[in-house]
Amino acid sequence: MADIHFDTITKRFGGTVALDAVSLTIREGECHALMGENGAGKSTLGKILAGIHRPDGGTLMIGGSRKIFHSVPEARAAGIGMVYQELASCPDLSIAENLLLGHTPCRWGLFVDRRTMAAESRDLLHGIAPELDVRRMMHSLSVAQRQLVQIAAAIGTRAGILVFDEPTSSLADAESKRLFAIIADLRKRGVTIVYVSHRLPEVFELADSISVLRDGRLVGTLSRSEATDDVLVRMMIGRPLLSETEIRKEGGPSKILLEVRGLSSPGLLTSLSLSAGAGEIVGIAGLVGAGRSEMARAMFGLDAASSGTVTIAGTETSGLSVRGRMKAGLAFIPEDRKLQGLALELSCRRNFSLTIPEKIRRLCFLDHHRETALLTAFFRMLGIKTSSPDAPASSLSGGNQQKIVLAKWLARDARVFILDEPTRGIDVGAKSSIHTIIRELAANGAAILLISSELPELLGLSHRIIVMRQGEFVGEVDGTLATQESLLRMMSGL
Amino acid sequence: MRSLLRNPVGRAVLSLVLVCLVGVVFNADGTFFRWDTHRDMLRLVSVYGILAAASTIVIITGGIDLSVGSLLGLSAVCFSIFSIHRGWGAIPSVLATLCIGAVCGSISGGVIGRFKIQPFIATLAMMVFARGFAKYISAGQKISTAVQSTDGTFSYVPVPGIFDFIGTRIWGDNIAVVTILMIVVLFAAWVFLSQTVPGRELYAIGGNEEAARFSGVPIPKNIIIAYAISGLLCAAAGIAQAAQELQGDPEAGASYELSAIAMVVIGGTSLRGGTGGIHLTVLGILIIGYLEKILSINAVGEETRLMLTGAIILAAVLFQKKGD
Repeated sequence: MADIHFDTITKRFGGTVALDAVSLTIREGECHALMGENGAGKSTLGKILAGIHRPDGGTLMIGGSRKIFHSVPEARAAGIGMVYQELASCPDLSIAENLLLGHTPCRWGLFVDRRTMAAESRDLLHGIAPELDVRRMMHSLSVAQRQLVQIAAAIGTRAGILVFDEPTSSLADAESKRLFAIIADLRKRGVTIVYVSHRLPEVFELADSISVLRDGRLVGTLSRSEATDDVLVRMMIGRPLLSETEIRKEGGPSKILLEVRGLSSPGLLTSLSLSAGAGEIVGIAGLVGAGRSEMARAMFGLDAASSGTVTIAGTETSGLSVRGRMKAGLAFIPEDRKLQGLALELSCRRNFSLTIPEKIRRLCFLDHHRETALLTAFFRMLGIKTSSPDAPASSLSGGNQQKIVLAKWLARDARVFILDEPTRGIDVGAKSSIHTIIRELAANGAAILLISSELPELLGLSHRIIVMRQGEFVGEVDGTLATQESLLRMMSGL
Repeated sequence: MRSLLRNPVGRAVLSLVLVCLVGVVFNADGTFFRWDTHRDMLRLVSVYGILAAASTIVIITGGIDLSVGSLLGLSAVCFSIFSIHRGWGAIPSVLATLCIGAVCGSISGGVIGRFKIQPFIATLAMMVFARGFAKYISAGQKISTAVQSTDGTFSYVPVPGIFDFIGTRIWGDNIAVVTILMIVVLFAAWVFLSQTVPGRELYAIGGNEEAARFSGVPIPKNIIIAYAISGLLCAAAGIAQAAQELQGDPEAGASYELSAIAMVVIGGTSLRGGTGGIHLTVLGILIIGYLEKILSINAVGEETRLMLTGAIILAAVLFQKKGD
C-alpha cells in the first residue's frame, strides 16, 4: 500500500457541488483527519475512496497508479475498508452473519459452515466488543453496539486503508475510548487511517495531519503540531466561535412544569422521579444503554408498558396519547433524526407542519398561507438554509435537518422539551446555534430535559445533571460543580 | 428538457404525449381525431379510474389494496340486490352500498393499523373473502332484471331509473355519466390528499411511519381512514359497473386491482409510499386509457394487446425510475 493522492476531484449531486476540485495527499501509514462542517464534503471524499461514489472529475491515485472504483467490492479488493456513519446492517441476521456478509465461510462451496463462521466472527469481535455473543440478532443490539460490530467488520477485511466516517457519532465516551485504542493499534500495524470527523478532541488525539474542507473546497492541510482549536474552527466555519462552555445559569427556584413520579417500564426503567421548573435545564447523563431514550419515550407516551405519572404544566398525562401529551405542552426531539425525527423524502414543509395540525387548518382544509408564514418565521429564526421549502428534507445537510426537527417542535409553543442528543452528528456551527436556542428556550420559561452523551455539552448547558445507570437514577449533581470525571464515575458505577 | 425529466409530473406528461403521438401516427383513418374516440376511452377507463383513485390513497401510506376488484364485485351485487330485487329507491341503495364498501375497507384498515398485519396479506384476505361473499349473497348468479321466482320461471322487472341515469351520456351525448363520476371522485381524492390535514398525515406515514408516530400522528386511525375511503370508492365503482352492465355480476372486477395499481405506478406514485398524488394518477389513467384505445382502434388482437401493454407498462416505469 502506498500514498493516496486525490487530484482535482469533483463530485456533483444533482445541482449541488459536493466537492470542487479537491487535491489532497494522504501519506502511507498516517492517520489523516478530514474535518469540516456537515455538507463540507468530507464524507463524500471518504466515500469516493471507498468506492461508494464515483467522482465526476479528477483522478484518484494510490501508490502512483490511477484508480477508479466502480463499487465497494472493487475498493475492498484494492485493500480499502470503510466504517459508515449511517449504520448499514441487516437487522434480521445475526452478528456473525453480518460480520461475514459477502464472504461467508462455506463447506463444499454451498453450505454455510456455522462453526467456522462463529469462530471467525468471535476473532473479529475480540478486540472490539468481546462481551457480545455473535449469535445475537443485529436488531437486538443498541445503536452503539451495532456501530462496534460494523467497525469490527471493516477491520476484519484486513484492509491497508480504513476510512472511518464519524465513527463516534453514536458511541458514548467509554466506547469511543475503546475505538481510539483500536485505531492506535491498527496504526502500529501500518494501516493508513482516513478519519472523517468534526469533533476536535478526537482529531487531536488521533490524527497526524488534518485537512479541512469547507463548501466542497479544501481549505488547507495542517500537521498535528500546527493545529489548534482556534485555527481549525476558523478554517471549518470561516469565523471564530463563541466559547462552548459559556454558561448562562441564573434564576432561582421557579414554577414546576415537569413532574415525573415513579416512572417504570418492565426491564427498562425502575421508578424514576424527577421534576423540572420553568427556565431550568436538567441534564441526563448515562452510558449508552442506561435507559435515557427509553425514559424519554415513556414520558412521551410511546411506551405502552410504562407505569407511573408524568405531569406537564399541571396536566396529569397518564392514559393520554402522544397528541394528548403534546397538547398538554410536551415536546420531544428524538435522538435519531433520520429514523424518528424526519420523513426524509418528504418536503421540509410537510415535515415542519406535521406537529401543528391545529395551526394550519381552517375548517377542514389546509391554510397554505398560514403554513408558509409559520414556516418562514421559524426557518428564519433558526437560520435553516433550504433551496426551497418544498425540497425534500434529504437534500439538506445534517445540521439543517436537525434544525427542522427543532423547528417543528418549537412551532408548537411547548412548555416542556425533552431533547435527546440534539446535536448528534452535526457540525460545530450548527451545534453552537442549537446550544443558543436551548438556552433561549429556557430563558423564555420552558423546562428542558437534555439527554446527551457529550459531557461538555451537558456541563455547559445544564443547571442540574441527573446520572442514569441501568434504568435507574443513581445520582444528581449541580451543573456548576460537576466535572467530566465525576460524571463518568457515576455513569459507569466505579 | 432536463428539468422537465427531473420532475415526476414532467415525466408522466411526456409519457402521455408519447402515447398520444403514437395515436396521431396510427390514427386508423382519422378515428383518433374524432371526439367520440376520446369519449369512449374516458368511459372505458372510468371504473378503473375510480379504483386507481382509491389505490392512490392507500399506496401513499406505503400500503397496497388488493381487494379493490373484489369490493367492486361485491358492491355491484349488493347494489343490484337492493335496487332491483328489493326495489329500494336510488338514494338508500347507493348509501347502503357505499356503507358496505367503507365497512369492508375499514376492516382491512383496522387489521393493518391495529394488528400490524402487512397490507398485502390483510387485503389479500379481504379480496378472497369479498369475492366469496359476493357469490354467497348472489348464489353465484348475475343479479339482473330477470328475477327467478320459486317455481323456476323468470319474470322481468323494470330497470331502475338510477341504472339508466348512470349508464347514459349527457350534454348532447358528449360525455358519459360514469366519466363525470370518475372526475368527481378524482377531484375529491385530490382535495383530501393535498388540502386536508389527514391527507398530509397519510403522506407522513408513508414517508416514515416512525417519524410520524414521534410527531404525534395517530397511525391506526389514519390507516383505517385510508382503507375505509378506498373501500367507499370501490363501492362507487361497483355502482357504476352495475349500472353500465345493467346487472350485478359477482365475478365483476376480477383482476381490476392490477390495472388500478398499474395506473397509479405509471403515473409516478411510488409503491414505497410518501410521494406522488392524484394528479399523477390522472396522467396514469390517461396513459393506459389511450394505450388501450389506440391498440383497439387499430384492430390489434387481444393477445398482442396484452403483450404490448405489459411491455409498455415496464418501459414506462423504467422511464419514471430513470429520473430518480
